[in-house]
Amino acid sequence: MSALNIKKGSTSHSAYDLRDPNAEIIESHTLAVLVDNEAGVLARVIGLFSGRGYNIDSLTVAEVDHKGHRSRITVVTRGTPAVIEQIKAQLGRLVPVHDVHDLTVEGASVERELALFKVAGTGDKRIEALRLAEIFRANVVDSTLESFVFEITGTPEKIDAFADLMRPLGLVDVARTGVAALSRGI
Amino acid sequence: MSRAMTGARMVVQALKDQGVDVVFGYPGGAVLPIYDELFQQNDIRHILVRHEQGAVHMAEGYARSTGKPGVVLVTSGPGATNAVTGMVDALMDSIPLVVLSGQVPTFMIGTDGFQEADTVGITRPCTKHNWLVKDTDKLAEVIHQAFHVATSGRPGPVLVDIPKDVQFATGQYKAPREARTDHYQPRVKGDLKAITALVELMEQAERPVLYTGGGVINSGPAASQLLREIADATGFPVTSTLMGLGAYPASGKGWIGMLGMHGLYEANLAMHGCDLMINIGARFDDRITGRLADFSPHSKKAHIDIDPSSINKVIHVDIGIVGDVAHVLEDLLNVWKARGRKVNKPGLANWWGQIEQWKLKKCLTYKNSATIIKPQYALERLEALTKGRKRYVTTEVGQHQMWAAQFLQFDDPNRWMTSGGLGTMGYGLPASIGVQIAHPDALVINVAGEASWLMNMQEMGTAVQFRAPVKQFILNNERLGMVRQWQQLLHGERYSQSWSESLPDFVKLAEAFGCKGIKCSDPKDLDDAILEMLAYDGPVIFDCLVEKHENCFPMIPSGKPHNEMLLGDAATEGAIRADGAVLV
Repeated sequence: MSALNIKKGSTSHSAYDLRDPNAEIIESHTLAVLVDNEAGVLARVIGLFSGRGYNIDSLTVAEVDHKGHRSRITVVTRGTPAVIEQIKAQLGRLVPVHDVHDLTVEGASVERELALFKVAGTGDKRIEALRLAEIFRANVVDSTLESFVFEITGTPEKIDAFADLMRPLGLVDVARTGVAALSRGI
Repeated sequence: MSRAMTGARMVVQALKDQGVDVVFGYPGGAVLPIYDELFQQNDIRHILVRHEQGAVHMAEGYARSTGKPGVVLVTSGPGATNAVTGMVDALMDSIPLVVLSGQVPTFMIGTDGFQEADTVGITRPCTKHNWLVKDTDKLAEVIHQAFHVATSGRPGPVLVDIPKDVQFATGQYKAPREARTDHYQPRVKGDLKAITALVELMEQAERPVLYTGGGVINSGPAASQLLREIADATGFPVTSTLMGLGAYPASGKGWIGMLGMHGLYEANLAMHGCDLMINIGARFDDRITGRLADFSPHSKKAHIDIDPSSINKVIHVDIGIVGDVAHVLEDLLNVWKARGRKVNKPGLANWWGQIEQWKLKKCLTYKNSATIIKPQYALERLEALTKGRKRYVTTEVGQHQMWAAQFLQFDDPNRWMTSGGLGTMGYGLPASIGVQIAHPDALVINVAGEASWLMNMQEMGTAVQFRAPVKQFILNNERLGMVRQWQQLLHGERYSQSWSESLPDFVKLAEAFGCKGIKCSDPKDLDDAILEMLAYDGPVIFDCLVEKHENCFPMIPSGKPHNEMLLGDAATEGAIRADGAVLV
């Protein structure tokens, strides 16, 4: 394994699950959980995380199949490989859960987040904010003479980067949706 | 077949269609329509309890001793919250229960109405699944699904919360076969490749051990039968958790006793020293494993469990097989036979030689007394005087529970009901009533400690009312014995709040309840007193005054590995120091 020079604990670019389940490496995983959209299902999932001491970095949920009343919960979580496996198993045994996909290990996936940024300012700062927004392909969805609201879509890292740039330029407020993710290909 | 009827009638009809013959419950405002329907029929018997916690433990006793789900009916608010402890108990020990609770009318939910509680919110982590039914048309289907979920896969408690207006309204009834249950179908067949890999290990193992648990009993009689076949055909030693006692007979030749914190010396050392551990329906509980880092360091481990989340939860195993115990054992036996019934005979002979050596330690030895009843002696006499009878035993929680597990012998599954995972004091008395209701002609004994017993003693009223001749065998040491033991061994003998002050006179208490009380304090009188208890046709409270400072051994102190076990004759002072431990 070492001859192949594959970083221990990393599988996102490998077809094999080479992780040592006992390794004390904290990994971030994006899980897609398909559930029946019944009363209390979100509380059930969140309660499982808090009750068993797991982390939630980001959580998004919406009904994706209105006819079949199915919702998709995308949750970004952190833990050792053993904890991640346990989270998946615990989610999988909830009665309204149909499927749990670990997008981090099941091949390539795309992750996107939408955010709204309110930036207030005048003069050069205002021009600089608008210029950076263009570079980041952010849209202006509201403007007054003293402020803009930018809409930006991208990976969480891109949104973090945009936030860092806007902060000295008069960042007032941020709203983020959390991550939505799908696997690539079919 | 769908028929129009009220929600309340639907509840009763659904229970009948599910084959329910008895419901344990307590009425109240929010379930009055259901009680009205129960009043007008004779197929379902209702056992009126004295406290809702008692109802749930009775249903657990009923379920554990019959293999059928136990059914509980309680009102909203305090009725439901009182049932919470029992539901968590059933969740931890995988006991199938269907709890029906009343709720304030749908239009009042969220207004802090009288006896309103967020029952589905409170019980969400206390149940396998729960439902709030807001539409009478869906009520019957939900109840059928509730039975399906409670009994499929890893069994557990479920709750259906039914608002009062849903009980009054009329809707369409659905029969069980019309209810959708396909969304929850846990896998029962194990992976054949993994099973074959396990057989390969079994063929070569020099020091194998079968580590069995409550899953064998939950899987049904076929699983116990298959376990016996496999153990006897291979000659592998069998140990069991507290929850699994009786799945393999204590009289069987492969039996090496219970394992764990108060397990037998030979069983724990076999676990520590084995080279192949086959976990069948157990879950590597912390009372079993001791210190994880030193748990069975030289073994390959296989784990058969119907719950995928049990596998690799605390102990990493080499072979994980997700499936129902009976299905997996059947395949395992077939593959092993087809491959020529091979075992490592010389290895096994050496292994048994070693186990016999460990047995010579006679770890359950205690110093008997001619003047004071030792709790171990009381249980030995109880065992001797009830052997061969159709006997069911329940327990409370504490020292007496561990002694009962050590000194009573179980040759059949479903005969031993105890609160293992949650360790609920107050479990045994109501559980014994539930068992007796299910088996009216059997001998049902609750081995109790006086402190635990007092926690649900109001249920003696239920036992008397429903003529359940349960025998309450109370080992009375006027102490919270297990707490006292830990304080002695681990907290510098500072006995903080661990004695029972102002105890009632149990004989007078029995008379007050309208049953029989027996008191015994002299070992010479014990046999006659036990026989008197057994001969009495009705409930008995047996106050057995025992040695007050007896400790339960062997003991693996918390956080110690299996091979650092304290034995009865070991120095009890400074137990957590290595010099107080028996190192092997």
